[in-house]
Amino acid sequence: MSVALRLALLLVVLGCVYLFLAHPYWFPAGASSLSGLIDHQFRIALWVFGALFVVGHLILVWALSKKPHAGGMASQGSWQLEVTWTVAVTIIFFWFNISGDHLWSSMMPPAKHGTEIDVEVTGAQFQWYFRYPGADGAFGKTDAQKFARPDEGNPLGIDPSDPAGRDDIVSTAMIVPVGHAVQLHLRAQDVVHSLFIPAMRFKQDTVPGMEIISHFTPTKIGAYEIACAELCGLGHYRMRAVVRVVSEAEFAAWLKQHGSF
Amino acid sequence: MPMLNQTPDPKAIRNDSDPSLRSGFQKARNLFSTDHKIIGRQYFFLSLAAVLVGAWLSLLMRIHLVWPKAIILFLGEIKPENYLAQLTMHGTLMVFFVLSTVPQAGFGTFFLPLQLGARNMAFPRLAAVGFWTALTSFLVLMAAFFVPGGAPGAGWTQYPPLSALASAGPGQGLGTDLWLVSIGLFCLSSLMSAAGFVATTVSHRAPGMTWMRMPLTCWSWFVTSILILLAFGILLAAVVLLMLDRHAGTSFFLPGGLLISGRAIAHSGGSPLLWQHLFWFFGHPEVYIAVLPAMGVTSHLLSVFARKPVFGYKAMVGATLAIGALGFMVWGHHMFVSGMNPYAGFAFSTLTTAIAVPSAIKTFNWVATLYGGRIRYATPLLFSAGFVSLFITGGLTGPILAQPALDTYLHDTYFVVAHFHLIMAMAGLFAIFSATHFWFPRMFGRMMNERLGRLHFWITLFGAYAIFVPMHLLGIAGHPRRYSDLSGVQYVAAMAPLQKFITLAAIVTIAGQLIFLANLFWSMRRGPAAETNPWECGTLEWTPASYATKEGPGEWRPQVNHGPYEYNVPGAENDFIMQDAPAS
Repeated sequence: MSVALRLALLLVVLGCVYLFLAHPYWFPAGASSLSGLIDHQFRIALWVFGALFVVGHLILVWALSKKPHAGGMASQGSWQLEVTWTVAVTIIFFWFNISGDHLWSSMMPPAKHGTEIDVEVTGAQFQWYFRYPGADGAFGKTDAQKFARPDEGNPLGIDPSDPAGRDDIVSTAMIVPVGHAVQLHLRAQDVVHSLFIPAMRFKQDTVPGMEIISHFTPTKIGAYEIACAELCGLGHYRMRAVVRVVSEAEFAAWLKQHGSF
Repeated sequence: MPMLNQTPDPKAIRNDSDPSLRSGFQKARNLFSTDHKIIGRQYFFLSLAAVLVGAWLSLLMRIHLVWPKAIILFLGEIKPENYLAQLTMHGTLMVFFVLSTVPQAGFGTFFLPLQLGARNMAFPRLAAVGFWTALTSFLVLMAAFFVPGGAPGAGWTQYPPLSALASAGPGQGLGTDLWLVSIGLFCLSSLMSAAGFVATTVSHRAPGMTWMRMPLTCWSWFVTSILILLAFGILLAAVVLLMLDRHAGTSFFLPGGLLISGRAIAHSGGSPLLWQHLFWFFGHPEVYIAVLPAMGVTSHLLSVFARKPVFGYKAMVGATLAIGALGFMVWGHHMFVSGMNPYAGFAFSTLTTAIAVPSAIKTFNWVATLYGGRIRYATPLLFSAGFVSLFITGGLTGPILAQPALDTYLHDTYFVVAHFHLIMAMAGLFAIFSATHFWFPRMFGRMMNERLGRLHFWITLFGAYAIFVPMHLLGIAGHPRRYSDLSGVQYVAAMAPLQKFITLAAIVTIAGQLIFLANLFWSMRRGPAAETNPWECGTLEWTPASYATKEGPGEWRPQVNHGPYEYNVPGAENDFIMQDAPAS
């Protein structure tokens, strides 16, 4: 039984290692300014903790195969060993933790006003809406309870009496120019949703009653799927949208075309 | 200790196996017994019922995910709302009624007094009321399946506004009310049970049973009880507030301006994040409430079956206390992308990394306990070794998820599902299986079948890995969790083949659990009669005298002279020394 258990554990380790090396499914290609750094951190994590997984199991298998003590009382413990492995894992875990803190800082830049493309994101059961402030650079006031008319082209409830809202553009796809920082203003109309753009390595919950500011900078032209990542009800699985990253000229043309209604 | 001074009631000293006790009257009397051994068994069967329903729900979910058009016998086709209800009920049943119930209230109520040398729990009636409250809670939860709209579909985490408004979806009406009542009752039940555990540990230890002579199981039950007392009160408050939001017009969790399916909601001023903080302030300690008793059982059994003292007993006690204390300071790691202040991310990330250290210390000590032992490869040892393996595998993804930068991507994907199923569900289940095989002779007077036990172990070990390791890859590829259908998002639809593999593995693994059920029920009636101390274990629940105290106060008052894990002591007659053996 001893041999069988050890073989089984080794088989499990081999299977896991094979699966991760073959990885039939993996990260989508990154398309934001930070995706390279995040992927790098992931690779470190997978190597470090993958190695600990393998070593941990090999030690377990080795301990199971060790011949019993020939006599005398077995060891009840050793403070030297306890201190050694405590210090060792503390160093590994906290080194990894601190390296991640730097990355987290760079993902959460202080809001800089003026240079970013502002996009307001609103989650509603089961649809994403993206709003652009238009030529005046200001979002119109909204009151969904009073003015929202999804079938009349005003799903967000932009206040018709607010001049800042007249040139706002509301879209069901997010269009952003390549290479520009995008500042998202995330909101939700009904329940908690979560805007997840895997290619941008971006995820942020949208919470009713809050406006959450978040950033990403797309670096590759293309179309990328958005999924909802927070259970929001029956249609959670199909609350999909697309980010279209386009050239600057194309973005300007799109704004112009949609801004003049 | 007033209990110890009571004059023994001769009628109370009986033998369970006495056939004259099997009359209907006696059974009814036993049903409402305040004897900890009966209450412990009642919790055991409650969890067994819950795990059967929970496993059946997971099977339905796995089938629906990959064969959405499949027709299930008696149930027909599974719709998205059914899937979300199954998901919510699966999580609730498994977390509350299985993982928080059987290792703690089940085995704990049965064995804590015995291992401490006490004749019963400190508050026997409170323990009994605790069980009946838990059973009521379970029945209320089950009722949610049968009300209009069905069971709730907001997940076991019940985030408002989805969980606060009946108009937010099917199951958000009466089903959610029943869920809240059920969980409120469960909180009360846990508080009652845990109060008894703490009092028993503090005041009912036998003479000579010093803190440092307590088995590690008792340490785990004790620390877990403190966690329960601190955490379940918060959850109770939270479900009461949510109930008030739903029915009394308050707005603890509901902000202004909500528009749900075209209808304006007249609440204002509340915060959905408040619920998340309250829920996870309970929810993270809850993870340790589930896993600490499992760790205690593993430490205990590895020592018994390696015929060696636990390596680093004091370090183990220290690690248990450290996990308990740090467990209250890490809840924010569930909320890195919730809209919580990003600065809080640094604190919660660091504290979460800190809690990985005592967890690693435990793992090292388990391996060192096995090292050089005369290992007896019985089923309990197999499951305990499996626990260590699963704990390593599931634990090592913890520090990855503890990084806000990486968690941003992995949060609410299958990577998280894989992580907590391995570390909490599978590791917890392995400890429950090893504890069941180990204590079965003490609980039911018979031995379980070894051959079936081993077969069950192999299927479950490979099954657990085959189901949950591939889920990491789904998460890495960005597959969000709680999707009732794979067709809504294109890149998710592309992962259907791996989902199919996981479903097949789940079907085989769940079918393999029938072996355990068959072994359990067959052994209860037909298993070979057990000896007094079949595993040659040194703790007090195996002393012949402890058997004589069945059901009620007897005269049992052992004098403890030894530590809990004295195996292979040079010069000793046997390779183990009972804790109440005369001092050498």
